[in-house]
Amino acid sequence: MATSGDRLGGAGLALVKPGTCAGRAQLAMRHRVREKGRGSRPEAGSVATANTMDIGLFAQYVMNGLMLGMMYALVAVGFTLFFGVLDVIKFSHGDVLTVGAFTALATFVGLSRLGLESQWFDLAVMLGAATLAMALLGMLIARVLVLPLRGAPPLNTLLITLMLGTVLRESVRLFYPQGANPKPFPALLPRGSVNLGDFHLRFDNVMMLAAGVAAIAALQYLLHRTKLGLAIRAVAQDEETARTMGINFTAIVLVTFAIGSALAAFAGVMNGLYYNEINFGIGLYLGVIGFSAAIIGGLGSIYGAILGGFLFAALQTVGTVLLPFASAYKDVFAFAVVIALMAWRPTGLIREKISERV
Amino acid sequence: MVAADEKRADLRPALAALGAADAYLIALLAVESTAAVLALLIAGVAAVIVAARFGLVGRVARAFAAHEDTLGLFAVAALLVVAAVFHSDHFVLLLLVTVLLYSTAALGLNVQFGYAGVLNFAGASFFGIGAYAAAVLNTFTAVPHLVVLAIGGLASALIGCLLLLPVLRTRGHYAAVVTIAFALLFKTFLEVNDVLGGPQGMPVPGMALLGWSFNDNIEIGGIRLSFYMSYLVASLLLLVAAFIVVRRLERSWIGLNFDALRLDETAASCFGLDIARWQITAFLIGNFIIGLAGALFGMVGGFVAPNNYTFADSLILVSILLLGGIGNPWGLIVATFIVVVVPEKLQGIQEYRFLLYALMVIVVLLFRPQGLLPRPVRHYFPGRKP
Repeated sequence: MATSGDRLGGAGLALVKPGTCAGRAQLAMRHRVREKGRGSRPEAGSVATANTMDIGLFAQYVMNGLMLGMMYALVAVGFTLFFGVLDVIKFSHGDVLTVGAFTALATFVGLSRLGLESQWFDLAVMLGAATLAMALLGMLIARVLVLPLRGAPPLNTLLITLMLGTVLRESVRLFYPQGANPKPFPALLPRGSVNLGDFHLRFDNVMMLAAGVAAIAALQYLLHRTKLGLAIRAVAQDEETARTMGINFTAIVLVTFAIGSALAAFAGVMNGLYYNEINFGIGLYLGVIGFSAAIIGGLGSIYGAILGGFLFAALQTVGTVLLPFASAYKDVFAFAVVIALMAWRPTGLIREKISERV
Repeated sequence: MVAADEKRADLRPALAALGAADAYLIALLAVESTAAVLALLIAGVAAVIVAARFGLVGRVARAFAAHEDTLGLFAVAALLVVAAVFHSDHFVLLLLVTVLLYSTAALGLNVQFGYAGVLNFAGASFFGIGAYAAAVLNTFTAVPHLVVLAIGGLASALIGCLLLLPVLRTRGHYAAVVTIAFALLFKTFLEVNDVLGGPQGMPVPGMALLGWSFNDNIEIGGIRLSFYMSYLVASLLLLVAAFIVVRRLERSWIGLNFDALRLDETAASCFGLDIARWQITAFLIGNFIIGLAGALFGMVGGFVAPNNYTFADSLILVSILLLGGIGNPWGLIVATFIVVVVPEKLQGIQEYRFLLYALMVIVVLLFRPQGLLPRPVRHYFPGRKP
């Protein structure tokens, strides 16, 4: 996630220039992000005494966790969809999210240059442009990189998508104007909030949550109530039988990649709106978390992915609450839990059925 | 034809190739302007393609297969010639040291990836563990620096032990995510903790052996040698040792077991191989070698910082492996030269190197998935015709 050419110096020649500003900027950003979800956090002792404060704080944490969980779930659903139809993990998924968020930002900049300042119109166009562009990108990736490697060892698919992720991430960093620095993301949703005691229920958070639920509901409808969804599920279940039933396998794979990537773009825009800031590294971070979430839930199940997303967000929130002395270690805690979970349930909480035929 | 004659005839193309590569490397390192570097690179690629067309590459490969030990000595000599030519040039020597140590680390990764098929996408993290161990020990203790190197390797292997259970229990994609999560965890951890210098990193005192400090320039009979020369010799010794160990390992029955379990775990366990045991062996040996290289690298650079050990750097190690041809130690040394030296010489593309590495790997995977120098069929008795 770090930036700038003075990092490894190819040959490690830049070792004399330690601790780039980017690293510090990132830390500062994380810090701000943490503060936002929490408001002012009282000392551990005073939590027990002030009861109303307790509830307000609790609600704040829950809201924060729900927002994070929604984003993770949207990413995780993409992983699950791809795994379902092709049995591959597309590690570039997170970076597609980054590109989606930056597409939205570029659209916004373009719109304001044109003098269109209506926030709803801007938001709609941004969302439309980002999802459409990422759907196309997803199809392109599937067509050019993933499908040709179907017969190759799984390691090759893994590597090619990892490297594609690097290409996307580095392209954003190098070719987006000032892409190496965190960019402010416009706050286009209403800023007001309802005060419930100590808890500020922000309208924009509620609307984002609602939009996320709507997206997942729409996906659910698509998968289970339409002919296209039936075809996707058929391909996921058994490719060969699906082919013999007259389903166009390639087309279904492409459509699935388009849907998953569009969802990632949606999550990217949501991430930008929530933090009011994006940087080129969010994709790697959200991608690994989304993948972990998909795995925790068990790959191949949409509900598992959603469950995993919220579970991971809950873990992070609990980590922040339980380790007050070390809230900087929130991510360390979360990733350590992922590793531990993998050790405990190597194929996810909802176990994937594995039978190996020799 | 008598076998002995054939052997002697075989050696010459390899020697010629080594000499040509040596001259080419010296020229590449000596030229300064971007245009000259580009011209040399294009000429090099063209020369290799032409040589391949006339079947010369195949003869060189056969010579290497037949006389590996002799040619290994010549390769070391060739590198020393390059070092001697640039004996007072800090930058070039540091570049060579980097190549040597990255090759060593890639050798360690090769044991895991190439032989046993154990995925490790946190190579740079284990490299970093070695470097940080060296930083801490050199700063706060008086442990002899050779022992520090060994401790760097051991630390890397021991911390690798924490990942053993999840790595062993998972397969394929799932195993990948364990090491990726570890790479991210490691960097975040280095950034947020205060003891190890946080995002700023910490300085590493240079190496000293028997009262002789490696960070002093050397003067012999009026000739000034860069202080990197001592590091170069140390790195070269480390690489040669690692190379011999890895090569012996590959040729031994342990290597045979590794190959068996990489190719088919089920079949291997049917033949009585203990999968977990050999995966653990490969993972720990690999991490030990990576940590060793990392510890020396930390001392060479004089500074360790979290940004040098990111996930992107781990991916660079993997791309070295893939470019060279997974499982072929010679190939990965060639690949390290390409991956490390070319971006340094083309300062203009420095900034774009992660992008270029990634694109390069994608192209290699699409068009030559076996790498530049694919691993040859196992030779049980070098020099003997089957």
